[in-house]
Amino acid sequence: MTVPGLPMAAAGADRAPLRFLNERGEPAEGGLRPAPRLLEPEPLLASYRALLLARAFDTEATNLVMQGHLAVYPSSRGQEACQAAAALALRSEDWLFPTYRDTAALAVRGIDPAQALTLLRGSWHCGYDAKRWRTAPQCTPLATQAPHAVGLGLAAKLAGDPVVALCLLGDGATSEGDFHEACNSAAVYQAPTVFLIQNNQYAISVPLRKQTHARALADKAVGYGMPGVQVDGNDIIALLQVLGVACDRARAGDGPTLIEAVTYRIRPHTNADDATRYRDQDEVERWLTWDPVDRMARYLRAVGHLDTQTEQRIDEECERYAKAMRDQLHQEPQVEPAEMFEHVYAVPTRQLLEQRAMVEAEENE
Amino acid sequence: MTTGTATAAAAEDPAAPAAVSLAKALNTALSDAMAADDRVVVFGEDVAELGGVFRITDGLAARFGNQRCFDTPLAEASILGTAIGMAMYGYRPVVEMQFDAFAYPAFEQLVSHLAKMRNRTRGALPMPIVVRVPFGGGIGGVEHHSDSSEAYIAHTPGLHVVTPSTVEDAYWLLSSAIASPDPVVFFEPKRLYWSKAQVSLPVTAGPIGTAAVRREGKDATVIAYGPSVPVALEAAQHGAELGYDLEVVDLRSLVPFDDATVAASVERTSRAIVVHEAAGFAGFGAEIAARVCERCFYSLEAPVLRVTGLDLPYPPPKLEHWFLPSVDRILDAVERAMAA
Repeated sequence: MTVPGLPMAAAGADRAPLRFLNERGEPAEGGLRPAPRLLEPEPLLASYRALLLARAFDTEATNLVMQGHLAVYPSSRGQEACQAAAALALRSEDWLFPTYRDTAALAVRGIDPAQALTLLRGSWHCGYDAKRWRTAPQCTPLATQAPHAVGLGLAAKLAGDPVVALCLLGDGATSEGDFHEACNSAAVYQAPTVFLIQNNQYAISVPLRKQTHARALADKAVGYGMPGVQVDGNDIIALLQVLGVACDRARAGDGPTLIEAVTYRIRPHTNADDATRYRDQDEVERWLTWDPVDRMARYLRAVGHLDTQTEQRIDEECERYAKAMRDQLHQEPQVEPAEMFEHVYAVPTRQLLEQRAMVEAEENE
Repeated sequence: MTTGTATAAAAEDPAAPAAVSLAKALNTALSDAMAADDRVVVFGEDVAELGGVFRITDGLAARFGNQRCFDTPLAEASILGTAIGMAMYGYRPVVEMQFDAFAYPAFEQLVSHLAKMRNRTRGALPMPIVVRVPFGGGIGGVEHHSDSSEAYIAHTPGLHVVTPSTVEDAYWLLSSAIASPDPVVFFEPKRLYWSKAQVSLPVTAGPIGTAAVRREGKDATVIAYGPSVPVALEAAQHGAELGYDLEVVDLRSLVPFDDATVAASVERTSRAIVVHEAAGFAGFGAEIAARVCERCFYSLEAPVLRVTGLDLPYPPPKLEHWFLPSVDRILDAVERAMAA
């Protein structure tokens, strides 16, 4: 399926993913040509700032889990370009459907870090106002949020609103039935839904080759009759270009797009995982040479958009962000047992009222 | 007390309302809800052009257009997941699962998202969704067409579970389910779809969560719901000939559970027999029996007994007669309770 703005709509192992920058941060030969507005200083610096913010968030959250302030943390180190691009590609009226590994994307979207980390802190399930932020709760059961993104897109379409639903998924999620049902339904309904697969090569310990026999995850789009695009997931400019085209298509009523962003999970699945049991350090080192932050920094310096002063200003901003996050999360979160009963139903059942009274009596003992 | 059954006298009265089938009452409830609120949308497999395999959605697409009533791909998880996404955007979807056993692919959406979204988001994303499930046996259906899956659903906090046994209840329970701010799994007793009563629709809708005493009696309370209610009433009729004065309680709502009506009835009669089609082991009847024992233990003259489907996979249609709770089995249980 040919899509204007995306020179290579089909993907496959025999061709490289779409990219703007090579591993040295130089415009890649024969690479993607982004829309001119993406290459203006302001959006470029905004993208760079978002990358650094995502990294600062991830680094701080990784520290916090080591210190025991979070119950668990699935890191997105190395995937910052996907995290930042997912948030930057959306307008405030669009909806984001994140997974448990996409907390950095929530931070870039503007959600308070303590609220974004509530799930992983263990004080409630979703800590941010999902409706206000047009951001669904982070989803843990793989791919089960994908049909929600289809439904929300369909609802917006029926209401006549130019709203996009962006669904984040991992490579493992593409094996789930809900992924298939969602892609198929999105295409049938021509829903304004964009599926962004962050192919970070591993589902906990299971590598991609055990997950699929397809040449590329983007190829799966063919069977649904929607465009599929494989893009370098460590190249934020390429990601913003591809996501931009997909979101424009969605808003214009041209239906869903499947994007596979090829990236790498630098850290283990979570702090509780031991990645040395299933992969070599050499592999990790190779991927570190494609670091999304370094590549962007090199490019920006080369084109003269990132001077020492600007770099320092962004670094300081991120340090302040990390410190504020640390200060917030070092405090023990407050929990209220009565709240367990508050939102099960709009009006609690008699049985719940009895149980709430029991818990309250225990609290007062 | 509303039995919803037409009496001979009413049938002769020219001013009496026309006989309405339970299926038509459901159809009318859907139609009225869609007319009253354009956020109400109906979708599922075969619901638009065909009007559903049981014709419950007949005429809705023609009347409201295919943006309000539409056919979906054959994908139950996607049907329910799509409804969840639409509810996030402010719609009030009513989805049809074509048959009880065909709803299982949607189980994860039901348990992990539909039931939990309001709670997970502290009320930011309520789920005013109705999941209609034609359920139960007695229609000569082949395998996968006669399951009673209410216990799986009722065990999940965050969902409401209701099932009508009369034409009148079918209308107002479905109306109330659609009006509910919370998800309701609406079990429709397939074998009662074509039962009729003289009812003038619309009937006033009340909140869900109340049981009804269908027949008053003083010897024992037979507690039933959905397709088992007419069986229980028939047993009560025969019981009267044998000298047993049976009270019949129709739960209507499994969640929330109307402890007050059930306990008050058992307090009066001192005996309780629980009837449902689903297998008895770990079934919803166990919950009813436990709740009755917790509340009425010192009033009970006999153990609470259960008359349920057998603890085996639903049999082929030529054997279902031996599976289903029957008038005889209910009366046997009554005899045992009375002898205790």
